[in-house]
Amino acid sequence: MKTCYLGVDVGSVSTNLVLIDENNDVIYKKYLRTQGKPIEVLKKGLNELSKEMKDIEIKGAGTTGSGRHLASIVLGADEVKNEITAHAIASINSVPNAKTIVEIGGQDSKIIIVRDGIVVDFAMNTVCAAGTGSFLDRQADRLGIHISEFGGLALNSKNPVRIAGRCAVFAESDMIHKQQLGHSQEDIAKGLCDALVRNYLSNVGKGKEILGDIVFQGGVAANIGIKRAFEEALNMDVIVPDNYDVMGAIGVAILASDKTKKTGVTKFKGMNIANVDHKVRGFECQDCANICEVIEIMAEDDIISRYGDKCGKWTNSLEITDRTMI
Amino acid sequence: MKITFPHMGNTYVAAKALLEDLGNEVILPPKCSKKTLELGTKYSPENICLPLKINIGNYIESIEKGADTIVITGSCGPCRFGFYPLLEQEILRDLGYDVDLVTFDQPQEGIIELIRRVTKVTNTKSPYKILRSGIKAKKVLDEADNLIDFSNSVRARAIDKFKVDVIINKFYKDIENVYGVKEILRLIEDARKEMSKIKIDKDFKPMRVGIIGEIYTIIEPFVNLEIEKKLGYLGIEVNKSLSPSKWVDFHLASFPFRSKEEKRTWKAAKPYLETMVGGHGRETVGNAVMYAEEGYDGLIQILPLTCMPEIVAESIMPTIQNDYDIPILTLVVDEMTGESGYLTRIEAFVDLLKRRREEIGSEDLLFGS
Repeated sequence: MKTCYLGVDVGSVSTNLVLIDENNDVIYKKYLRTQGKPIEVLKKGLNELSKEMKDIEIKGAGTTGSGRHLASIVLGADEVKNEITAHAIASINSVPNAKTIVEIGGQDSKIIIVRDGIVVDFAMNTVCAAGTGSFLDRQADRLGIHISEFGGLALNSKNPVRIAGRCAVFAESDMIHKQQLGHSQEDIAKGLCDALVRNYLSNVGKGKEILGDIVFQGGVAANIGIKRAFEEALNMDVIVPDNYDVMGAIGVAILASDKTKKTGVTKFKGMNIANVDHKVRGFECQDCANICEVIEIMAEDDIISRYGDKCGKWTNSLEITDRTMI
Repeated sequence: MKITFPHMGNTYVAAKALLEDLGNEVILPPKCSKKTLELGTKYSPENICLPLKINIGNYIESIEKGADTIVITGSCGPCRFGFYPLLEQEILRDLGYDVDLVTFDQPQEGIIELIRRVTKVTNTKSPYKILRSGIKAKKVLDEADNLIDFSNSVRARAIDKFKVDVIINKFYKDIENVYGVKEILRLIEDARKEMSKIKIDKDFKPMRVGIIGEIYTIIEPFVNLEIEKKLGYLGIEVNKSLSPSKWVDFHLASFPFRSKEEKRTWKAAKPYLETMVGGHGRETVGNAVMYAEEGYDGLIQILPLTCMPEIVAESIMPTIQNDYDIPILTLVVDEMTGESGYLTRIEAFVDLLKRRREEIGSEDLLFGS
């Protein structure tokens, strides 16, 4: 029987499951598309995990990502952490000298500044998505290529075009223009990589002191074109860790492991939850002007959680400790 | 005459007290809600800042409740707020509402015009009566703001933080059913007494976070997604750099001599920003410096999207962050703001502050200082 810790990252685009052992090494990872059904996908992932991994004992579980609260209610998590902290923990664990962490995921991009192993500053994209994975996905589509070919294509460029990357909408119209002028796919792909990096550095990374080692992670780190563009723009090496795509899940697994080692108990409900029927239903409370949308999570016929009411009337009628999400 | 006014933090508590004391019928706009925002967004220019959108929503909801006169303060300052009264009047007229919008502006159209407006709304021609009610209303405003400050301090330390919200929610609900200065003051006192009974962890020393930025987004809880409450639940004591009572001190109580505090803020801002950039841009910079000097653990700047003065201030924040070694987080709000992303940033910021404090704590141990 091998003891391990489960980390789950429920994001808007992907849901990742990770198992780490006592030495914080990854022994299992699963990358799934969330497709707007976080609970179903999470259970599907657990199901596959229990089929593929025999003879393990999960001694702690943690959740992160924008669906962390929901996932923690379903799973019974020991640690619920935001993705910024989780990413930083995982990065420092795999690259001990990390000083700058560049994270580009599906919907968010962020920069985390680490000094002497602690996070001293961070920034996240505010109101613009021109520096994220979905944007690249869309543009690859427009070029008629698969996103996995995109980076390689960019590396072949000899004469990159300059694309206005300030905003996803403008970048798209500028790209159409460049296509109509007859530029090659390689040059446009490279132009987009440069635009994304330029945009990232001037919006997200603005005013931050970028020092090496630089760790590049998140789904977009798979794109060698972007990695190269970063190296050119910063004139420094960029490290992409082995498990670059599931760093959030690793980070929160480490946190859960630390915590349960201290407390000695876990709240994890066990693998059986994959077979429990979970439902989410919502209603509008009409008792005051707030007209809150109250969400109820049901396991079979029991209400296991309620949230969304500003006054706490509904939440409070259940025994719940996590009120930060009200 | 049925008078209404837009929501702006606790201002409505005092405005209600003042106008009722002078014998007016007051129609309170329903608390800002998603519906308010939807109405406002639908009828306002797309690129205007968030406060105007909420104002429009407030007006429409009040007019539906029967209001026929709207009172707002004006501003000649070089920020879009100075343009609000005109723009709002036009929007309401286009929508076909027959309401009177009265602006209390600095008297550039002549003092007689201002007096005409004041006497119209206040129902009296006696300056003595107006002044007396004004002073009482200022007391209401101060007390209401103090109550909220007190609630922030209690929430950070309370063992069951939820009890604080129950009291505050009840207070705001009861406001709608009382009349005039006296009853409102009693209500505030009751809430305060109730709150001091809440059990707190006396040994817990909460970290302090200062909230800086544009005034409306700081003081209206719906607009800033209840940041005071969110931070309080994470065990943080919140201090707001601006509040309605401070605003009155700045602009009315010490007119035309400017308040002492305002001058202090300007002086603090001077090394970074010497001149006025409109809105509260200079105050944001000054307050950031003052909080940093007072040893706060971190600062959060909140601004509505497209707010020019605050963007100027935002560009100065990294320099202050470096000079004073204090983390500063900037949050931008508008009707597109997603709450979960907002919460993630706040949580991560608090994590960062906690780690910093642990780090400083261990250094103290090492060097015995």
